[in-house]
Amino acid sequence: MSVAELLEGRRICVCGGSGGVGKTTTAAAIAIGMAAAGARVAVVTIDPARRLADAFGLSELGNEPALVSRELFAAAGIEMQGELWAMMLDPKRTFDDLVGRLAPTAQARDEVLSNRIYREISNAVAGTQEYTAIAKLHQLHEDGGFDLIVLDTPPSRNALDFLDAPDRLTQFFEGRALQVFLRPTGLAGRVVGRGGGLIFSLLGRVTGVDVLGDVSNFLRAFGGMIDGFRDRARRVNELLRDPATTFLLVTSPEREPVDEAIFFWRKLREASMPYGGTIVNRVHHDYAGDEDPSTIADELSGTLGKELAGRVADNFRDYHVLARRDAGNIERLANTLDERRMLLVPQFDEDVHDLAGLRRMHGFLFASGDERRRMLDDVVA
Amino acid sequence: MHGLLSKRLIFVCGKGGVGKSTVAAALGLAAARRAKRTILVEVARQERMAQAFAEGGEGSGAKRRFAPRELAAGLYTLSMDPEEALHEYLADQLPFRRLADGLASSRMFQYFAAAVPGMPELVTMGKVWDLAQLQPRTGSRERYDLVIVDAPATGHGVGLLRTPKTFANIARVGPVAHQSRMIHTFITDPVRTGVLAVTQAEEMPVSETLALQGELRGQLGIELDSVIVNALYPRRFDEREAEQLRHAFADARQPRAHAALRAALSEHVRAARQRDFVALLRERSGLDAVELPYVFEAQLELPALSGLADLVEQAL
Repeated sequence: MSVAELLEGRRICVCGGSGGVGKTTTAAAIAIGMAAAGARVAVVTIDPARRLADAFGLSELGNEPALVSRELFAAAGIEMQGELWAMMLDPKRTFDDLVGRLAPTAQARDEVLSNRIYREISNAVAGTQEYTAIAKLHQLHEDGGFDLIVLDTPPSRNALDFLDAPDRLTQFFEGRALQVFLRPTGLAGRVVGRGGGLIFSLLGRVTGVDVLGDVSNFLRAFGGMIDGFRDRARRVNELLRDPATTFLLVTSPEREPVDEAIFFWRKLREASMPYGGTIVNRVHHDYAGDEDPSTIADELSGTLGKELAGRVADNFRDYHVLARRDAGNIERLANTLDERRMLLVPQFDEDVHDLAGLRRMHGFLFASGDERRRMLDDVVA
Repeated sequence: MHGLLSKRLIFVCGKGGVGKSTVAAALGLAAARRAKRTILVEVARQERMAQAFAEGGEGSGAKRRFAPRELAAGLYTLSMDPEEALHEYLADQLPFRRLADGLASSRMFQYFAAAVPGMPELVTMGKVWDLAQLQPRTGSRERYDLVIVDAPATGHGVGLLRTPKTFANIARVGPVAHQSRMIHTFITDPVRTGVLAVTQAEEMPVSETLALQGELRGQLGIELDSVIVNALYPRRFDEREAEQLRHAFADARQPRAHAALRAALSEHVRAARQRDFVALLRERSGLDAVELPYVFEAQLELPALSGLADLVEQAL
């Protein structure tokens, strides 16, 4: 199966997986392939993908999608029939924009944007990246007019951070705690009854009274936007579960990324989010099979001399260990996930970091199974 | 990395997938060998190290107690649990244990804790700081000479280190502000706290390491103590030999010989590229990068980890 088949009829493709497995590169190669085939595609990256910007001939990737020049692809031998737009997420600006959209009045907006607590949390706190990534996805989906949006998810160790992001932030904004602060005598009284006073005094003691004052000011300023945030989170949740959305898992064939991919896949199932397929990058192809790779030394000692042939054999044996490791982990993946929806990309000699590299990878992702097997010999051997 | 072990707290940072946990464990082993009672704190609840040390079997599934476990002689591990750490903190802050239990189980408090973004990060930093004190106040109150934190991937790692400062700014007065300021002072004091970057000799990890160096310096005034470049391929062949291999490769008819030569050339190219990136990293960061070799094993087991610890120890 090729990526084009995996993505048929989809409007959103979320690339998930653990860090360091080539997620950003894969997302870019997928976006290029779909755009080349005629779609209007936006790729949203999270990493400080300096070299992706370079590869796309953009001085930098901004918080709004920019069109990548068609000539650039032509020069790299890719005929671009559609359009490729690229952007890099700026969580702070995305958050500010969201506040701007949801604030009932300009005054309410300014009050929030200038609030000290808002400024600290929108900037600093881990988790805003996940939330704003999804918020941006939603906005591009609603207003962007794209056929397909490819989202590179934040480098998160825990897949749940990403899937839970809308819910967690809604909990914060719609939160019952917030209601407590907004109407301390109302709901607070009902929730905690006569213990309320004690709880408040303990909270004050632990956190500092000032925090409560500041938080309640912040939440009051946010008050008018709660419905907007709640409504948005609901729609974002729907969007993530929409049949036109798909999650592609990206992994390397090492144990831990594979464990995380399987974990992510289970979570997708539990959350009824659509699974599209898995891309396994950097696979060491097994050449030696069951034969002992060391015996190659004898075969080569004629041409290379005994000593050099011995080192080639050492290298081959080390390589073979990795090939075997990869095969084992891939088998484990295949036993859990749908094997037909698994795509293996070989370990290239050089890292993929420019258009030529992206093209090579794109060629692999968009080939049929047979073509891929043929290409494996060209690319790797 | 000279003098690193004289610190009380070391954060191990870096991009995902570069081998942070492995390096943190190797450093922990090296420290324990030097008679430092060391605790390795895993922040992302992975419990990977317990697997590497083959303790308790793989994926036993049961929720572990929030308590240190001994991995090797003098080396302990703790998997961070922010909820438990918060509970411990409350127990320490409030005059009666029952008040803490009551508060932690109060629905309103749970709403509050969930409502404040960054709370898990703050209590994590608080717990780590407490462990690094001469007389810890929370949990088992065991004393350690050195705390090593296996920090989350770069972006979140900086966020974690910045959290105390953020809270000190938000709260201004009161216990949280006071304690946040104390933690911030501790982690920005190079005598007591060290920060180690782990990377690989590839473009993305190297540029992320340089970005990490800039962010730590710019936002927190923290200087990296050292950078460790993990998973370097050996240089098995010199240029002359590589040329020989290329000729042999062009002439090779037999598929296995072809594949073996191909693999040799491939590694030669990768190893050379890696050296370029190490040189670039040294030049741009101004740091002396410590090199660790690629471990050609299907799974990193204790002997290999111990070998890495030897190398880390030599660099200390």
